Amino acid sequence: MAIVSNVTISADSIAAMPAAIEARDVKLYYGASQALKGISMTMREKLVTAFIGPSGCGKSTFLRCFNRMNDLIDNVRITGLIEIDGQDIYGKDIDVIELRKRVGMVFQKSNPFPKSIYENVAYGLRLQGIKSKSDLDDTVEQSLRGAAIWDEVKDRLHSSALGLSGGQQQRLCIARAIAIKPEILLMDEPASALDPIATAKIEELIVELKKDFTIVIVTHNMQQAARISDQTAFFYLGELIEFDTTKKIFTNPSKQQTEDYVTGRFG
Amino acid sequence: MSTKPSASLQRQGIDWGSTMFTMITASATALILIILVCILGNIVLNGLPNLTWRFVSTIPKENFFDANTTGVLAMIIGTTIRVLVMTLFVIPVGVITAVYLTEYARAGSPYTRIIRAAVNNLAGVPSIVFGLFGVGFFMNFIGGNLDAMLNEPSPHWKQPSVLWASLTLAVMTLPVVIVTTEEALKAITPGLREASLALGATKLETIWKIVLPNALPGILTGGILAVSRAAGEVAPILFTGAAYYMAELPKALTHQFMDLGYHIYVLSTQSPDIEKTRPILYATVLVLLLLTFSLNAIAIFARARMRKSMRAGH
Repeated sequence: MAIVSNVTISADSIAAMPAAIEARDVKLYYGASQALKGISMTMREKLVTAFIGPSGCGKSTFLRCFNRMNDLIDNVRITGLIEIDGQDIYGKDIDVIELRKRVGMVFQKSNPFPKSIYENVAYGLRLQGIKSKSDLDDTVEQSLRGAAIWDEVKDRLHSSALGLSGGQQQRLCIARAIAIKPEILLMDEPASALDPIATAKIEELIVELKKDFTIVIVTHNMQQAARISDQTAFFYLGELIEFDTTKKIFTNPSKQQTEDYVTGRFG
Repeated sequence: MSTKPSASLQRQGIDWGSTMFTMITASATALILIILVCILGNIVLNGLPNLTWRFVSTIPKENFFDANTTGVLAMIIGTTIRVLVMTLFVIPVGVITAVYLTEYARAGSPYTRIIRAAVNNLAGVPSIVFGLFGVGFFMNFIGGNLDAMLNEPSPHWKQPSVLWASLTLAVMTLPVVIVTTEEALKAITPGLREASLALGATKLETIWKIVLPNALPGILTGGILAVSRAAGEVAPILFTGAAYYMAELPKALTHQFMDLGYHIYVLSTQSPDIEKTRPILYATVLVLLLLTFSLNAIAIFARARMRKSMRAGH
């Protein structure tokens, strides 16, 4: 299994990087129960930020705030501020559709449409009114190459996406997400349902994608966070316990809870 | 081999409870099969000898009790048209209602609950009540007002017709289309909706491009059930469109029509010589069954093709 070398980047140089997502005192309630208890953190451009923590700690919920996927759930109330490129994404005049074009998402369970491979990738482009066949062809190829799946599917672009393996389906979903050229890519445990080989491919891909996108990834797999991320945030019971460079979190965390979790004493 | 009497795995007699229950469920199933075979067997055995090409291709003359000259072409056409026109109304209205209930309405709101209760109650209304409703609402109220608005010299809309009969049937079959479509919409994994929305699709685009195409086989199932129910119904069309006898085929939606189900009723109750009419009565029933089966077969075939092409990814 190809292990990507740990990215070592110093806290000082991170602090100098431009912010991609800025969260300040974010609280989220499902009805009466509070899922996020005032989270503040800054995710930097063109870095991979990993969210780790035990199930139910709020890391996925927090991630889904960034493209407002939580809007789909009834009875959700969010307070605080989330800024992307300096704009309050929960502001009154925010176009959610436009936001989601800029903040792409890859889900835990690969969810290709029951359409052809080509049509899956072209879906977001067609939504934007792109009709020219050569434009579509170009972007579809580019995106499939970008998701490191082109060679495997180039001879069967027009057969069903459901015929692909789990790992291929997930890379297709990544291709579909990057086809519309977002700035930020949210990944909600993208490899949790995959075997180790498929997982390694996704991890390599994430490191590759970092050149073009800001990536925020939720993962249950601590080795994965250690391998691919620059910064790691540890969540517990709806609170952000510690947020630092990945190296620091995994070698010398400041908080006892973080240390207990990353060394496998609980969680 | 050692035997420990205290921990024997040997079976202790027969489990009579289980055996009895298996037998009861099996015989209940067998009973249904026997009844079905009796009904179908009786109809096929008695109807098939009288089912000639002449019989199905002849438009009947006024004395349609004469087995040697009569036919049922007019009734086949009438029943087919009223079922197809009904489908044109019931599918769009039923699907739109189901889309509203599953995609837009808030699950627990009083308004949604009232609509759901109304749909369920509609399913329990006897079909003759739908027939009377059709006369009162569609024919007299809408038809009457249309005549008044268009200054018709004599009742043109306010009379029994293919249109009013089909609309009445559409109202009757609405619940089954709504419920099956709702099930089909709910069966679509939330992941597909999320994927579409996350790519910047609006809710409408998601419903139109992802949800409805994937629910299409389920929607067709609703159509199949509606057609099955409607094809053999007589009560709803009794006053709203079916004619005892018409010399010509209907040429417009405002014309009356002859209908297989109603014709069966007429043959079995109005015949001057029931013995002589019996052979054509059997044959007519067989034609109605075959027609219902073929309308269903077409829809089932279409659904199978649709599922196949969806799996193939087109």
